[in-house]
Amino acid sequence: MKAHASKFKWSKYTQLLVPLMSILLIVIFNLLRDPSFFSIGTSTNNLGNPVLTGNLVSILNGASELAIIAMGMTLVTAACGGQDISVGALATIAGSVFVRILRSGQITIGSILVGFLCCCVAAMLFGAFNGTLVSVFRIQPMIATLVLFTCGRSIAYWINGGATPTISSPLITAIGSFIPGCPVPTPIIIVAVMALILGLVFRFTTLGLYTQTVGINQRAARLNGINPMFIKLVSFLVLGLCCAVAGCISVSRLSLINHETMLLEIEMDAILAVAIGGNALGGGKFKVTGSVLGAYAIQALTTTLYAMKVPSTDVKAYKAIVIILIVVISSPVVKKATNRLWTKIRARIPAKKEVVAQ
Amino acid sequence: MKRNPLKRREPLTDTMLLVTITIGIFFAMYFSAMAIWGGGFLRWQRVFDMLNDNAALIIVACGLTIVMIGGGIDISVGGVIALVVMSCVVHLNGGGSIFTAALLAIGIGLAFGLAQGFLISYLEIQPFIITLAGMFFARGMTTIVSVQPQKVAHEGFKALMNTKIEIPWLGYIAKKGNLIPARAEIGVVIALVILMFIFFMLRKTKLGRSFYGIGGNSNSALMLGVNVKRTRFISYVISGLLSGIAGFVFMMHTGAGNATNAAGAEMNAIASSIIGGTLLSGGVGNVIGTLFGVMTLATINSIVTTSGLRDPWWQEITVGAMLCFFILLQSVVLSLRGKGGFKGMIPKWIHKNKL
Repeated sequence: MKAHASKFKWSKYTQLLVPLMSILLIVIFNLLRDPSFFSIGTSTNNLGNPVLTGNLVSILNGASELAIIAMGMTLVTAACGGQDISVGALATIAGSVFVRILRSGQITIGSILVGFLCCCVAAMLFGAFNGTLVSVFRIQPMIATLVLFTCGRSIAYWINGGATPTISSPLITAIGSFIPGCPVPTPIIIVAVMALILGLVFRFTTLGLYTQTVGINQRAARLNGINPMFIKLVSFLVLGLCCAVAGCISVSRLSLINHETMLLEIEMDAILAVAIGGNALGGGKFKVTGSVLGAYAIQALTTTLYAMKVPSTDVKAYKAIVIILIVVISSPVVKKATNRLWTKIRARIPAKKEVVAQ
Repeated sequence: MKRNPLKRREPLTDTMLLVTITIGIFFAMYFSAMAIWGGGFLRWQRVFDMLNDNAALIIVACGLTIVMIGGGIDISVGGVIALVVMSCVVHLNGGGSIFTAALLAIGIGLAFGLAQGFLISYLEIQPFIITLAGMFFARGMTTIVSVQPQKVAHEGFKALMNTKIEIPWLGYIAKKGNLIPARAEIGVVIALVILMFIFFMLRKTKLGRSFYGIGGNSNSALMLGVNVKRTRFISYVISGLLSGIAGFVFMMHTGAGNATNAAGAEMNAIASSIIGGTLLSGGVGNVIGTLFGVMTLATINSIVTTSGLRDPWWQEITVGAMLCFFILLQSVVLSLRGKGGFKGMIPKWIHKNKL
């Protein structure tokens, strides 16, 4: 009985094997290449605060936006069986609303809060637009979000009336890099807070279960009294919220907004993070933890490539090779082959296995 | 009550209905543009300009239509075009001939198609991820081949670029009274030939019908004896091959290699296919519709430029709004035809064919 219980627990986490394995691969590669890659030091930044530095910190810091968007993307993928390709545009719109509001007056904690709330509302409105197309009109998510993907960045441009407006204030710098007195970069803290909130939501509501149900079989979900439309809409609203947070972080990092380059192609990375996280892109079962780990794996890969002095324009090619390597290893056909091999090996040592089982 | 199966045929399939709508909207839009702005829209040259600019897009969108009919997606096409253009320009400038450059273009396209097709159909990996990696790889390779923008210096190729096919009877009389014929580039001819070829292949050959089969329901197709994996593999090979050819056509139009060439071509091609009535869920689609999808997008762009909306953001916002309109229209039209399912639970006009 006990053996059965522990086995069940294991199968719950097998999904995380893929992202963990990818991170492990990158870590091993780095250990062989240059162990000093992992060193963490402290230094003093321009404002005279002690801060943590090192590749690990920059990986955790750099992946913040990606990790946050990947959280929302996982929900959308699980509920709708498709992906939102407008997240970059959505985050840009949210960021430009944030900038627009901050530029209209003095930057204080109050105005930042108002700006953040406004940009959350704006992003959730656009998320609701996507969600309505997907849930009410039954359009595939990728096509429905193609609309915003096409015109989202132009809308962001339009909101600010052109150019690349800047906002400069120590408060914004605190959000984008370091809070005085705290050695950990603020974006990492924000990701932790978001993860905590989402974790609490999953723990204390049925959102996770319902999303999974809708993703696996919409018809069955409906017959069980779950409203699939509402669940899909909620997943897009959550994604909108995530995009708003990511947009604010991205704006605060640079203290300006460039509607053309901000979070460019993050939709591709986010979908990749979801896939590396072991989630089926066709919807159904999901693990947000997997996607977040996937996001960190992608960032670790990028940072490694930069540490190897690969030119930034060529990074994509190497990234593609590693991605293909990871997905080929985790593909169903290869998995089946390894399973077969595994059972063969286990068949050779039957006696030991029996003892363990009892 | 028995009905004669021959008599109870649907008047129009979903494919034809969507194509008809697109063609109707295209002509409505074009004729209203003629009525409102006149000028350039009254001349055949405007149509040929749109074809000239979008020949590569038409070819790529045809390949994508096949993949989408088969229920997959290929987003590597834009990257492949950029890689082909850059490699061919470097090859030509390094003393290569036009023939070897064409072979190179086809070779690169075919290599991408074979690799992606193998990974997707035989290793059963999600097409989005593989072709995304393909796009990353192609874009990265483009900058590895050359970071600097390159211009073609090959004389023979320049002559080929400037060769225009003149069609006098579609020309117009200029102010001075001389006839200016309509001009089309060679790429347009290539694109149209490929389009007709694929049209007949999808209609008349066993392979073409198999694409619809695996896209509509791969299990049924398997039971009917279609080699699902091989068919899916071939669809990606065709898409890769066509993006290679499209790269060559693109180079014949622009004559320069640039790392940002054909940026967003994949999304434009997908949008064109969708406007042309191809469903991303597979099993429904037609390349004639795709042609009109490309032309519709070109007309929208043309109208936005002509109508004097000078602010840079209006073009994309208009295209987005039009796309939204088309998608909604498709959804509503298909739902009006849909039967069964959850009747009464949702308003009748929203109700769609599949869950």
